[in-house]
Order: sequence, then C-alpha cells, then structure tokens
Amino acid sequence: DWGTLHTILGGVNKHSTSIGKIWLTVLFIFRIMILVVAAEKVWGDEQQDFVCNTLQPGCRNVCYDHFFPISHIRLWALQLIFVSTPALLVAMHVAYRRHEKKRQFRKGDQKCEYKDIEEIRRQRFRIEGSLWWTYTSSIFFRLIFEAVFMYAFYFMYDGFRMPRLMKCSAWPCPNTVDCFVSRPTEKTVFTIFMIAVSSICILLNVAELCYLLTKFFLRRSKKAGNSKQQPNHENKEETKQNEMNELISDSCQNTVIGFSS
Amino acid sequence: VNKYSTGVGRIWVAVVFMFRLLVYVAAAEDIWKYEHDEFECNIKQPGCENVCFDHFFPVSHIRLWALQLITVSTPSLLVVFHVAYRENREKHHNQKLYRNPGEIDGGLLCTYLISFILKIGFEIVFLVLFYKLYNGFKIPHLVKCDMRPCPSSVDCYISKPTEKMIFLYFLVATSCLCIILNLSELTYLIFK
Repeated sequence: DWGTLHTILGGVNKHSTSIGKIWLTVLFIFRIMILVVAAEKVWGDEQQDFVCNTLQPGCRNVCYDHFFPISHIRLWALQLIFVSTPALLVAMHVAYRRHEKKRQFRKGDQKCEYKDIEEIRRQRFRIEGSLWWTYTSSIFFRLIFEAVFMYAFYFMYDGFRMPRLMKCSAWPCPNTVDCFVSRPTEKTVFTIFMIAVSSICILLNVAELCYLLTKFFLRRSKKAGNSKQQPNHENKEETKQNEMNELISDSCQNTVIGFSS
Repeated sequence: VNKYSTGVGRIWVAVVFMFRLLVYVAAAEDIWKYEHDEFECNIKQPGCENVCFDHFFPVSHIRLWALQLITVSTPSLLVVFHVAYRENREKHHNQKLYRNPGEIDGGLLCTYLISFILKIGFEIVFLVLFYKLYNGFKIPHLVKCDMRPCPSSVDCYISKPTEKMIFLYFLVATSCLCIILNLSELTYLIFK
C-alpha cells in the first residue's frame, strides 16, 4: 500500500537534489494523499450511482463500460505507481554501492577507516559517476511516464471535463438512452486539480534535468581547464587514478557532501 | 531475504514484485469489489443470477491474483530459514563454522536454486490456470447462460469488462517479466 512506497521513497530523498526533494514532497502531499483521502471516495460509488433511463437489465453495465474503459481513479493510481518506480532504481543503485563498500570493508580492503559498518550504512553518496547516469535516466523515465499518462487521459476522455449526461445506444439498450454520471462537478474539479499537479511535477522534472545537465557540463569544462594546465605527457591512466583518489578521499572525510536540503 | 541474494538481480525482482503488489492493492482490488452485485442477467427469475455467476466465475480473477502473489513470494522464505538455521548452528556450536553465514555456497546454493525453480514453476502454473479457467485472457461483456433455474438461454452482463481486461493483461505482462528475471538470475547463479 501507499505506506510502503512512502518509506522507500524516503530513503531516496536522502540522495536527491533539492529540486528532487521538492518533487517528492509535491508527489506525496498533493497527489498521493489527495488520491487516498479524497479522490477515492468521490469515485467510490461510480458504477452504483451511474443511472440510465431504462429498466432493461444489462444496459447500465454496457453503457458504463463503453464510456469508462478505465476509470480515472485507476489511471491516476497507475500513473503514480509508474512515476514512483524510477526512484526505486536510484535506491537500488545506492544500496548496491553500499553493499560493495561493506564487502570491501569486511575484506579489509578499504583504504580509509570507517569506524564501523554503521558509518557505511549512514553515508550519503554524491551524485556523480554511474549514480549520475542512474539518477538522470530515472528523471527521464519519470518525465516520459507522466507525459504518456497525461496524453492517455486526454485521449480517452476527450478533454478533462466530466459531462453530466451521456447518450448511449449500445446493445441491449433498446434505443438511445440517457445515462447520468454521479457527481460530475466534483469529479471535474478533482480531475483539473490532478492534471494541474501533474503539470507542476513535469516542470519540476524538466528543471531538475536541466540542473543536472548543467552541473555535468560545468564539471567537465572545469576538468578540461585543469588538465590543460598540466603537462601533456600525463596519460589517461594517471588522471583516472587521480580522480579515483579524489573520490575516495572525499568520501573518507565524511563531510556533509551532496546538495543542501 | 534481499540481504542474501545476488547483487543487481535481487533488486530488479524486488522492484517488479513491489510494483505488482502496489498495483494489486491500490488499483485492482476496487475493480472487482462489487463484481457480483453488478453482474446482471436479463431475467427476473430468482436464483438465476447467482447460478450463472457461479458458473462463469468459479474462482474470481482477483482471488487468483492474490493467491499467485502469495505463492510466488513464499519460496524466498526457504532461503531466509536456511540462513537463520546456519546462524543458529554457529551460535550453538560457539565456533566459526562458515566463512560467512550469508554467503551463497554449498547447501545454501541448493536452497537458492530450489527457490528459483519453485518461483518460476508457480508463476507458470498460475498463468496456465488463468488461461484454462477463463478461456484465454479476454473478458466478454455478455455471456449466455442456460443453467437451471434460468428458464432458457439468458443474457448476462459482466460489469467493467474492459477495465478488468486491461488489468488482466497487466498481470500477465508482469508475471512474464518476473519469470524472465528469475530465469536470468538462475542462470547467473549456475554459471558463477
């Protein structure tokens, strides 16, 4: 249920950028909470109170199925699950790195001293190297999923309004029959709300992507600038080794690295 | 269980499983909630609806799905118990019997392999069961029923057939994905 998702994503929170943290907050408060606390009740009785102006048995079932191939509330739940899943990729990468560090620590390989295994567990990794790629691709997939679901929503329901009355002539309804949706205004309000928050999340994701890309290119140009000053005969191996030493010494100092919250 | 499994494989399996579980709990359960109440037959004969519903849905899709999720997650417990047994043995004998109780070697490898084979087996069994019970993965919106006490062939209408079908396909897709992931982890373990 949603509680499990919360605990897992909380772990991701530690390794996100500040925009990522804002995204997580928006996701939880404005989407998941609203969905669980309010929206589910609004759509709770949707088929019970979907009434058609006929006594013909089966007409209501068929008309409901024709107009709502997949209910709004289910689409949103799926959207939220799909959108949160890439964050699990990041959590998994971090866990994998921790696992490797623990293994090295046990073997006694680690160059610097961690006081105990607890420190490795609590350590916060910087978003660079392969973790950068995982993180960026997770944001990219989030964007794709959000966009796909928004489009699917718009495509399936011809816009974001919930009409009060629908005319249905599917068999076994005798001829064109009026069918009335329950709580159309409330549903329209919630639909518009969820779409608005979805757009905000898309904007946040785009901003985060741009931020990460700019940082990446800035870092690259800084390194290129540094290496130009060094003598040309220094080969790639040494620069790589220097980078690695830099990384290890960075993590050994155990400063509060990463981005400010 | 995750602590004792192979590196990347465990996480993918966990992610897909959590995904399935979340979708089941958050979305799918509500669709099948009122399936019996909303099942309507074009007849006033009392008892006809009950009999027809029972004939077409011996075990509801959602219950089969829940059973599948439960049986597929159970083999992992075998591994947990084996590791706990190893740690217990070490404590009992008060000496270091194993290099690392969680390391995959010897008997634990056997347990792992068995758990994977069981998981894959259960997934396939449930997929086949779904296919056989419901004649494929389609859900029609109209079924014709002529069981007693229905007087003759009667039209019965299933509620939300399209939505149910979408989630059924989702179930099949994630099931197959899980099978593929488990197979790859199995081959990885064997060849290590």
